[in-house]
Amino acid sequence: MGGTSKLLLSAAVAVLAGTVPALSAWQPQKPIEFIATAGPGGGTDNIARAVQNIITKYKLTDQPIVVVNKGGGSGAEGYVYGKASAGDPYKVIFGTSNAWQQPLVSKVAFNYTDLTPIAAMAQDEFLLWVKQDSPIKTAGDYLKAAASGDFKMGGAQSKDTDEVLTRMIEKAGQIKLTYIPFKSGAETAVQLAGGHLDSHVNNPSESLGQWRGGTQRPLCVFSPKRLPQGAKVTATEGWGDVPTCAEQGLDVKQYEQPRTVWLPGKVTPDQAAFYVDLMKKVQATPEWKDYIEKTSQVETFLTGAEFDKFIKDDLEHVRLVAGEQGWLVK
Amino acid sequence: MDNLGELLHGFTIAVTVPHLALMVIGVLLGILVGVLPGLGAPNGVSLLLPLTFGMQPVSAIILLSSMYWGALFGGSVTSILFNIPGEPSSVATTFDGYPMARDGRPTTALATAFGSAAFGALIGVILITFLASWVAQVALAFGPAEYFAVYFLAFASFVGMGGAAPIKTVVALAIGFAIAAIGIDTVSGSVRLTMGVDELVKGVNFVVAVMGLFGIGELLVAVEEEFHARAVSSKIDWREVFRAVGRLPRHGVALLRSAAIGCWMGITPGGPTAASFMSYGIARRFSRRGRYFGTGEVEGIISPETADHAAGTSALLPMLALGIPGSATAAVMMGGLMIWGLNPGPMLFVDQKDFVWGLIASMYVGNIVAVVLVLLTVPVFAALMRIPFVVIAPLIVIICVVGAYSVSNSYLDVVMMLGFGVVGYLFKKLFYPLAPLVLAIVIGDKAEDAFRQSMLMSKGSLAIFFANKLVTCLIVAGIVLLLLPLVLQLAHLFRKPAPPTNETTAQEKVII
Repeated sequence: MGGTSKLLLSAAVAVLAGTVPALSAWQPQKPIEFIATAGPGGGTDNIARAVQNIITKYKLTDQPIVVVNKGGGSGAEGYVYGKASAGDPYKVIFGTSNAWQQPLVSKVAFNYTDLTPIAAMAQDEFLLWVKQDSPIKTAGDYLKAAASGDFKMGGAQSKDTDEVLTRMIEKAGQIKLTYIPFKSGAETAVQLAGGHLDSHVNNPSESLGQWRGGTQRPLCVFSPKRLPQGAKVTATEGWGDVPTCAEQGLDVKQYEQPRTVWLPGKVTPDQAAFYVDLMKKVQATPEWKDYIEKTSQVETFLTGAEFDKFIKDDLEHVRLVAGEQGWLVK
Repeated sequence: MDNLGELLHGFTIAVTVPHLALMVIGVLLGILVGVLPGLGAPNGVSLLLPLTFGMQPVSAIILLSSMYWGALFGGSVTSILFNIPGEPSSVATTFDGYPMARDGRPTTALATAFGSAAFGALIGVILITFLASWVAQVALAFGPAEYFAVYFLAFASFVGMGGAAPIKTVVALAIGFAIAAIGIDTVSGSVRLTMGVDELVKGVNFVVAVMGLFGIGELLVAVEEEFHARAVSSKIDWREVFRAVGRLPRHGVALLRSAAIGCWMGITPGGPTAASFMSYGIARRFSRRGRYFGTGEVEGIISPETADHAAGTSALLPMLALGIPGSATAAVMMGGLMIWGLNPGPMLFVDQKDFVWGLIASMYVGNIVAVVLVLLTVPVFAALMRIPFVVIAPLIVIICVVGAYSVSNSYLDVVMMLGFGVVGYLFKKLFYPLAPLVLAIVIGDKAEDAFRQSMLMSKGSLAIFFANKLVTCLIVAGIVLLLLPLVLQLAHLFRKPAPPTNETTAQEKVII
């Protein structure tokens, strides 16, 4: 049904495309597929749909865009699909730092080098959260209380960003935490609200509602400087009021999760350039600013050599932690 | 009675011409995606999501939730007419709905299903109206140990009350657990049981499994038995629609019991799937006509449908109040909420009264709209049953193949679906029950995660399952159900050394 008509449609468009005179730069000639490496409703799904919405609204390309969710295996399904679509410039993969971190710690059948990096479009921050009525007020208190060794830290997925950060906290604070993996940040937030955990390291958007609702509060942010002030979240506080972890004596200066965009491998430089340009145009719209603000992310745009350097640096860092924990595969 | 005042205010928001129009559009689109296999409610709602970005949040959620109601009703249509459940929660409806339709009473089956579904949904909304503030507390009490206890109870109720030979149920569950384990493991992050097939890292999709198990499996059995060769010549009878709905109050006990199970499972995070299965299992045990279940019993349709819709509706409450989506569709809607600039959580009920109560009021109106629309279309759907088997059979194969492919545009899924078809056929021929297999595929990995999370928390001590009243009650109830068949058998042995064997074979015949 859906699949067949799409095939027919793309075949028809391909025939038409043959008769259109070639433009100087590459332009898409058939519908584009956005692959979100997460289930419907997740952060990666939200960004793919926000970009789709902006492109459609401003008609940044003539071709229709379809968002497809391939979130199986913590996102591996989407990346494997991207690898299998080598040379196809009509598949755009939306992911996170998963693309290079996952192959490091589990035997998945892809590596980020199988894909063509386009850009990192936003950075999600990490904060240390405790339950609202917890006696702990600062990161310093937290380290002292956690020295007992009974603290339970929740997070999304295993050996992924949340657990890497947890191990970094352990090392910096010389404490031992019991890390308990859940399916998503939202699930973790609910577990903290119910008092089944002592803390977690959710992104702002994952716990925003819970903070506003008075079930949990952030102690500090893993960022070199405080977050932009923005609107107040609770009656008295906003994101800018949250101190940095480093200033409170928890020496993890910076930890962020980029939202990344990829093409399959073996596409031409022209094709990659088209999408880099497209994402730049998306980022210049007021709707994008609005999306960034509502999801409490930090705007960024890394592409080309800068993006490569970012990946290499992060990879080195994660490899260090993974090596110490004995997670590395092969 | 603050809540009633708020509700009346909600009605002034929901009952306006544009919002009623949105409900009709949403319900019709929902029925469409519900009837088309492979395009379930979650896909439908996510396709519609981009259209809502320019709308008022309350209009947007009314459109999306109406589509959800429509899809729930539409999903029952394919379960009953073709034995292809569109959603995990409508699997149990196939057990009696399909045999009844096959026996030439599709109108009765559909009307019964829709009528009891509407009743379940109504009870669910009433519950939301009154318990809005209290419910949040209950759901918060659920940590990994409590989750595991609920899943354990669901599995155990199958062994104890499922009706099939307990040992066969255990075998079916075990196979389901193995299938659920395929893919990435949440707790260790490693890849399991992919057997060298890279794509299997995504795991086995539920739709792929049920399309094969039920759609293709049933077809293989039917081809062999040839009783399908005749066309069902049921007349389109409008009066039968109303007669069937009119007969519902006679099954008041079943309706109320199922609604209670549904609401309980919707609020505690068991979800609609566990609710419909559990309700069916319990009805089979307690109904006077329990032993005819599986051959087209009215209560066999009423019980899962009422519980499914009661759970589906009341599950929206934890989504709004806590940000726990009870189903895939609720997860998509939650994504929508974020994009519209609202944050699910307890404060939503304080900050966004218009939105919350507008939505709750629209649930009353939307479900009425959905029932009216869907009852009007019953004769049209029932007419589908008059198409001869030689035409329907290839159609079912095509529907299953296209449905499996469209889940994630993958040929591997089509191959797996056909494989599941063979498994379904073998299960039926050997009198193994399919329901526990499906249940284990759907919630097996969640149960495993919950168990291992509990073990991490307690540093390996099983005492965590007896740490408080809630979890202890759930676990003890589960153990009792699990041991029930064993105890009954022992009691039997003591009383009569030679138990009658013909009764068990009669029971085996009605195993689905």
